Amino acid sequence: MTILVIAEHDHGTLKVATRNTVAAAKQIGSEIHVLVAGNNCGAAAKAAAQIEGVAKVLHSDAPQLGEFLAENVSALVVSIAKRYSHILAPATSNGKDVTPRIAALLDAQQISEIIAVESPDTFVRPIYAGNALATVQSKDAIKVITVRITGFDAVAASGGSAVLETLVAPPDSGLSAFISREVSKSERPELTAAKIVVSGGRGMGSGENFKILEPLADKLNAAMGASRAAVDAGFVPNDWQVGQTGKIVAPDLYVAVGISGAIQHLAGMKDSRVIVAINKDEEAPIFSVADYGIVGDLFKVVPQLVEELKK
Amino acid sequence: MKALVSIKRVIDYNVKVRVKSDGTGVETANVKMSMNPFDEIAVEEAMRLKEAGVVTEVLVVSCGVAACQETLRTALAIGADRAILVESDVALQPLAVAKLLKAVCQKENPQLVILGKQAIDDDSNQTGQMLAALLNWPQATFASKVQVADGKAQVTREVDGGLETVSLKLPAIITTDLRLNEPRYVTLPNIMKAKKKPLENLKPDALGVDVAPRVSILRVVDPPKRKAGVKVPDAKALVEKLRNEAKVI
Ligand SMILES: Cc1cc2nc3c(=O)[nH]c(=O)nc-3n(C[C@H](O)[C@H](O)[C@H](O)COP(=O)(O)OP(=O)(O)OC[C@H]3O[C@@H](n4cnc5c(N)ncnc54)[C@H](O)[C@@H]3O)c2cc1C
Ligand SMILES: Nc1ncnc2c1ncn2[C@@H]1O[C@H](COP(=O)(O)O)[C@@H](O)[C@H]1O
Repeated sequence: MTILVIAEHDHGTLKVATRNTVAAAKQIGSEIHVLVAGNNCGAAAKAAAQIEGVAKVLHSDAPQLGEFLAENVSALVVSIAKRYSHILAPATSNGKDVTPRIAALLDAQQISEIIAVESPDTFVRPIYAGNALATVQSKDAIKVITVRITGFDAVAASGGSAVLETLVAPPDSGLSAFISREVSKSERPELTAAKIVVSGGRGMGSGENFKILEPLADKLNAAMGASRAAVDAGFVPNDWQVGQTGKIVAPDLYVAVGISGAIQHLAGMKDSRVIVAINKDEEAPIFSVADYGIVGDLFKVVPQLVEELKK
Repeated sequence: MKALVSIKRVIDYNVKVRVKSDGTGVETANVKMSMNPFDEIAVEEAMRLKEAGVVTEVLVVSCGVAACQETLRTALAIGADRAILVESDVALQPLAVAKLLKAVCQKENPQLVILGKQAIDDDSNQTGQMLAALLNWPQATFASKVQVADGKAQVTREVDGGLETVSLKLPAIITTDLRLNEPRYVTLPNIMKAKKKPLENLKPDALGVDVAPRVSILRVVDPPKRKAGVKVPDAKALVEKLRNEAKVI
């Protein structure tokens, strides 16, 4: 039983999600390989070789892997798939894009976003926006899985000494081409990796008003998130959306400001360790999951909170 | 050019889903069913491409029980020209749906297939990518903008870091994200018109597809409940709790 983990990286650095996925792999079996596919991604491959518990790193470097196009990455993974009993990727936007393509090429029914491993063929995954947990068993020869990173604590970044193997990438598919990318810049911690998240909803009223959350996020060294309504209204960028169909977060502290707490939003944050809600409507469903709630006008409460944190 | 849109009938997003006491699944009896919201966005996008003169025919396909006809009629009321129901009483998993859609694509030769990024019941987020793999077509998932011209689709995608734009050679697969468009409301006259539009019935056997489930569901349970929290009077009390009780700051 050998398990392949597809690394999440930006060529230069490895993303933590890779180590959460290795943690899931460790619960399945002990022989773990990590694939680092990209363009000039030697540094990420070296970092992967340091991860605790990784036996081998497959390093594939080619211009056609530079933008992680699913057509090219899936062809690469399929070329080595027969060596493995399991193929795992983190449930990031890259992982969600490419993994089903791999699964279909291997005639495997993927299991999406597992949060627990019961045995090498049995896994737990949320369905219906996390309103139910399904335990599912796969009979496929090669099991193809995406891992919800909040379900597994990352293994250590160091302590391993994996062998490095170079892997030749298949040629460009010619089917798709990368055009451009608009990266939302931020000095803050990454939303899915932050220890504290401050999120705003429609109650913020405007993009301009989101500024009142900044001193709070600064004070807490928090990432910033949002509800769908706030993103749809154009207050903040799309990659801030937390929820069933946005990002799944489980920080130590989640502060929901002017968010009602629709099930689709709760699906993305209800596994946070401590939840704080600030809402002027005492009936808002967010209070049913909040450890601490303040009923009040956010435009008054948030500045007071910042003042209190300074003390 | 023909566009094919796949639509799934799911429990309406407003329904509070309940797990069955015997642990076999969730309660579906007497529960409101609707078109998967992402598929409504997919139908709307196909309609806009048709209205822009890019697409000439919009074909909608659903795989599942006979009642999916109602969902197909809704899509016809939005404006789709024709519908196909691939009827099966088996609980269809994404790989099986992708195989059925592949067979339909081979019969119908669409240049563009638009699916939702995710069904809000199984939350799989797989079918579009799988269909693209089986057809060896390019894919653009999580689309927030689509432009079709000169045999290519240029698609802006919502990704973890922001937005990304790719160009696909047609035929191609696109899956929709929430901000691609705002679906129109169906009007009564269009509901009446939809009743007369063609709806074809196909069977998986006739398409040569084995739809037997590959993953077995051993049990379905409620998620752990969070214990009820407390209301605190003000910011000062909150900070005190966070520091001394929860110890998170
Ligand atoms: C297919 C689908 C997928 C979805 N996916 C997601 C998802 O991933 N994430 C997500 O978040 N949603 C998602 N949604 C949307 C979800 O159903 C809700 O519509 C959304 O979460 C509501 O956002 P909100 O709480 O900001 O807005 P609202 O529900 O409008 O709530 C605003 C809240 O702000 C409070 N408020 C207003 N002014 C003040 C003030 N001055 N002070 C204090 N409080 C104030 C109000 O009392 C209210 O509770 C999805 C919906 C669908 C159909
Ligand atoms: N039974 C089905 N019939 C038609 N389309 C489906 C079906 N299941 C999934 N799809 C399509 O695939 C998308 C993604 O579903 P999923 O992969 O199950 O999350 C949906 O939004 C639909 O467009």
